Amino acid sequence: MRSYSNTYIFVFSAIMVIVVAAILSIAAKTLQPFQKKNVEINKKQNILTSINIESDAKSAEDLYKNYILETYAINISGEKQDSVDAFYIDMKKELAKPIEEQNLPVFVSSLEGKNKYIIPVYGKGLWGPVWGYVSLDEDLSTIYGANFAHKGETPGLGAEIETKEFQEQFSGKQIFNVQGEFVSVSIMKGGTADPNSKYEVDGISGGTITGNGVDAMLKDCLSSYESYFKNIKEAMIETPIDSISEPVSN
Amino acid sequence: MSAEKEPLFSSKNIKLLTEPLNDSNPITVQVLGICSALAVTVKVKPAFVMALSVVVVMAVSNVVISLLRKTVPPRIRIIVQLVVIAAMVILVDQVLKAFLFDISKQLSVFVGLIITNCIIMGRLEAFALSNKPWQSFLDGLGNAAGYGVILIIVAFFRELLGSGTVWGYKVIPESVYDFGYENNGLMILPPMALIVVGAIIWVQRARNKKLVESN
Repeated sequence: MRSYSNTYIFVFSAIMVIVVAAILSIAAKTLQPFQKKNVEINKKQNILTSINIESDAKSAEDLYKNYILETYAINISGEKQDSVDAFYIDMKKELAKPIEEQNLPVFVSSLEGKNKYIIPVYGKGLWGPVWGYVSLDEDLSTIYGANFAHKGETPGLGAEIETKEFQEQFSGKQIFNVQGEFVSVSIMKGGTADPNSKYEVDGISGGTITGNGVDAMLKDCLSSYESYFKNIKEAMIETPIDSISEPVSN
Repeated sequence: MSAEKEPLFSSKNIKLLTEPLNDSNPITVQVLGICSALAVTVKVKPAFVMALSVVVVMAVSNVVISLLRKTVPPRIRIIVQLVVIAAMVILVDQVLKAFLFDISKQLSVFVGLIITNCIIMGRLEAFALSNKPWQSFLDGLGNAAGYGVILIIVAFFRELLGSGTVWGYKVIPESVYDFGYENNGLMILPPMALIVVGAIIWVQRARNKKLVESN
């Protein structure tokens, strides 16, 4: 049995590592454009799902162009940021910045003549990040639809946030109560949510920590938009639909 | 040099391909690679892609290790095998993310877990390290195909009985549902995969008495 010297072993290992690293880097580089495109299309599909539009990979881009009319970013005070392309904002990076510097995306759609405002949310699940899109009616309180995704939550438990059944619960719920205070929508322990409450949904039995993560994600992310929502509501009051009449002086 | 070149598809070589499909099937006879058999067999399409991925990883890894077998220092051979398998799996994962994105999302972590699939390391150690490249290729192909066949059979039953579809196409007509038939929700859960594999083992041993150990 030939005995291999230590030098041989080191040289062999070094060459193996270099060759493998080279092959994987080349593969990653060449495949990157395709992967990026897939991620983009997937993002568009998620945004469309939050306004209850079904799509597949082929139809997603056209449907997105038809339904999503405006995309912009705002800051914590509700002011539009013009120099940012909101679609490409990486929520994870954005939320790591101090709150005054964050660019918060807003996607505006119009269904049956009524505007819908789609807000991306991003948070921490049990094993990794959770994120999603929440679409609001024109009153900026009632949720029209929601879409959630995750990276590595437990299949059958936390991962259930990706299912239609979980997401459908959010339609019709409200994030501002009758006094106008921001209350968000709370994820209650599975089966305990009050069906008459506009501010509660059922969590997933066995997926408590993921549910807590979604709960915190909604509270944290949606509250950042409070100023922006106030600005829009004030703008809607100031410019009613037929406001061409001259001010009447008494 | 070798005295006589064995024909590429001699009966001995063909056996490397066909035996793991039945008599020495990695899942039902060698009892390897059970874990992923549970996880990805809810529907046929992901199971098929998983089986294909394992075939590619096994076949290429076997050939690479076989080509290197005379140069690999025995002291680091497990590490070398791991590096080759891991590199192949990463390549497959990247290709899936680029061209079959929806399926790669369904398979999620399980593509990466191919690295831990005992069948691959097992065959590299037991065969590729001491056999020529063509034979190693056939052995890898055969074992991966045996694994794949079981995966697809299990997925077929789980999808048919659990969702009423095969490869995503509705197979059970609406009229049967109207009669009161319901999809078997238990089939979608992992334990049923084990039970279906058990049933396959039962059928296999009933047909092939050689596999039954004499107590």
